[in-house]
Amino acid sequence: MQTKKYFDPFLMLTVFCSFVVVAFILFPLIEMVTQPSLQDLKEALQDRDVRRSIWLSVYTSGMAALISFFIGTPFAYVLARKAFPGKKLVESVIDLPIMIPHPVVGIAILGVAGKNHWLGEMMHQVGIQIMGTTTGIVAVLTFVGLPFYVNSVKTGFESIPRRLENVSRSLGASMSGTFFRITFPLAWRAMLVGIIMCAARAISEFGAIVIVAYHPMIAPVMIYERFTAYGLKYSQPVAVWLILVCLLLFLLLRVVSLPKKEAA
Amino acid sequence: MIRIEQLRIELPGFVLDDIALSIQDGEFFALLGPTGAGKTLILEAIAGVTPITSGRIRVKGRDVTKLDPEQRGIGIVYQDYALFPHLSVYENITYGLRYHKTDPKESKKWVGWLMEQLALQPLANRSIQHLSGGEKQRVSLSRALAVNPSVLLLDEPLSALDPNFREDIRDVLKKLHQEVGITFLMVTHDFAEALFLGERTAILNHGSIEQVGTVADVFEHPATPFVAEFVGMKNVFPATFDDARCMVGDLTLELESAPGLSEGHLAIRPEDVIVRKEAFSSNGVRVLEGKVIGVTDRGPYHEVLVKRGEVTLTAMISKSDLLGLALSRNTDVHIGIRASSLHVF
Repeated sequence: MQTKKYFDPFLMLTVFCSFVVVAFILFPLIEMVTQPSLQDLKEALQDRDVRRSIWLSVYTSGMAALISFFIGTPFAYVLARKAFPGKKLVESVIDLPIMIPHPVVGIAILGVAGKNHWLGEMMHQVGIQIMGTTTGIVAVLTFVGLPFYVNSVKTGFESIPRRLENVSRSLGASMSGTFFRITFPLAWRAMLVGIIMCAARAISEFGAIVIVAYHPMIAPVMIYERFTAYGLKYSQPVAVWLILVCLLLFLLLRVVSLPKKEAA
Repeated sequence: MIRIEQLRIELPGFVLDDIALSIQDGEFFALLGPTGAGKTLILEAIAGVTPITSGRIRVKGRDVTKLDPEQRGIGIVYQDYALFPHLSVYENITYGLRYHKTDPKESKKWVGWLMEQLALQPLANRSIQHLSGGEKQRVSLSRALAVNPSVLLLDEPLSALDPNFREDIRDVLKKLHQEVGITFLMVTHDFAEALFLGERTAILNHGSIEQVGTVADVFEHPATPFVAEFVGMKNVFPATFDDARCMVGDLTLELESAPGLSEGHLAIRPEDVIVRKEAFSSNGVRVLEGKVIGVTDRGPYHEVLVKRGEVTLTAMISKSDLLGLALSRNTDVHIGIRASSLHVF
C-alpha cells in the first residue's frame, strides 16, 4: 500500500530557496522605500537638483536605448540570420560590456575620447566632448546597455521562422521590404523588451559614469554624493523617487507590449 | 521549363551532389525521397533562398542561378504554410501584388477567382490564427498563385494536414494545376501522393537522384534497390541471372524474358505474392512451399512473412483472407508468384 508523502524534502528545499531569493531582493528595497517619511519625500521632490538628476537619468538612459535601437537592430538581424566567419567571436565581443568592471568601462571610453587619442582629437574638432558632458553619459550608457538590447532582439529575430521571409522574397519583396513588412512587425515586442532591458541597465549605471561625467549629475551619482556627504537618511528619498519613476516607466512599456502572435 | 544542371550544395554533414533535372512547362513533377534526402534543399535552391555551391538553374530559358528570390518569379508553398501571422487572410493573399506591375483590376479579378476556386471568400477578413490546417494551406496556395508565378514549388503540401483535409487539398492541387497551367514542382516522401498528382517523378536518396521517369514507369520499373523499396516492393533481393532464369539464394525462378544481365536485383511487390494453404496451380504462376514465420497487422492489411529455404518473402493479404486461411506462425503454406510480377534490374 502506498503512503501519501506530505513533505517531499526536495519540494521543501525549492520552496525555501524561492522564499530566500524573493526576501533577499525585496526586503532591503521595501525597507528603503518605507523608511523615508512623506515629508522627506516631498522635500526631495521639491529640490530642483534632485528633479534634474532624475530627469537626466531617464533622458540619458532613454537616449542610450534609442541609439541601441537604431544601431543594434540591424546588427542583431545580421547575427540572427547570417552565418559568417568569426561570428562566435563577434557574439562574444558584444557581451564584453556585461563582463567588464564598470570603472574599467569608464576608463576605456575616456582613453579613446581624450585629446591624446586620434579619435578623441577628431571628436574634439567636430565639437563632440565626452568628459563631463551629457554626450559622455549617453556614450557610457549606450556602451553598457547595448548588449542587452542586441541579445534580446537577436533572440526575437531567431524566433521568427525563416520561411516567412523566404515566402515574402518569393512573392517579390526585396530583403528590406521583407524586413519592414514581415520581420519588423513580428519582432517589435522583442525590440520593446530589448529597449526596457537596455534602459534598465543604463539607468542603474554608476561606476563608469563617475569616471566619465561626475557632472552633470545623474541620479545614481547624486545618491552616492548625498550618501557620502550627508549619510543614509539624506540619500534615501532620492533613491525612492528614482525607483518609483523607473517602475512607472517600465510598467508602461510592459503594458504596451502585447502577447506575441504565433506564426501560423 | 526548369533545367537544373550539376547542382551541388554543401552543408555541414550533408552534400547534395550532381543534381540534374529537366521539368517541362506546365508539368506536375514530383520530387520523391525519404526525410533528409535533400528534397527541400533543391526546392529552396530553385527559389533562391538557399545558396548553392555550384551548378546552374534555368527557368524558362533564363539563367536564374545568381538572381535574388524576388527576381525569379517562382512561388513557394511550405508544408507548415508559412502564413504571415500579423496579416488577415486577404492581406496574406494580396501580399505580393504591389511588387508586380499588373493592372489592379486584373489582379483583383484574378485574386477573386483564386479565392472563389479555393473557397476562401467567406474567410477573407479572418485572422489566419483561427483557420484549420486545410484552410491555411488553401490561403498559402492562393497567396503563391496570386502573383502569377511561372513555377510553383510545393514543399510537402499535404504532410501537415489531417487525412480529411489531405484529400481535399490533393484534389485542389490537381484541379488548380489543370486550370492555371503553370509548372508545379512538389516534393514529398509519399509515393501515393506522387501517383495521384505527379506526371513525372525523380527519386532522391542521400543527396543524389536515383531515378527519373514517369510516375507509372518508376512504379512499374524501379531501377535501383532503394527505388524498388521506396515504391513499395518489399521483396528486393540480390540475384544472378542465367538467360531467363533468376537465382536468389537457393530459389530459382523463371522470368518472362532474359534480362540481359548476369547479376542484379529481383523485386516482387508483396501484393503480388499469392498465399494459399493448399497446393494450387495456375498458368504462369510458380508455386513454392514455405512456412509462415510472422504475421504483422498493418491496419488495412496484414503482412505475412513466409520462409522458403534461404529466402524470406513478404506477402500482403487482407484481414478476411487472413482469417479464412487461419494463418499463424509456423503454418505451412503454398506461395505463388507470377512471372509477370518479377521485376529485375
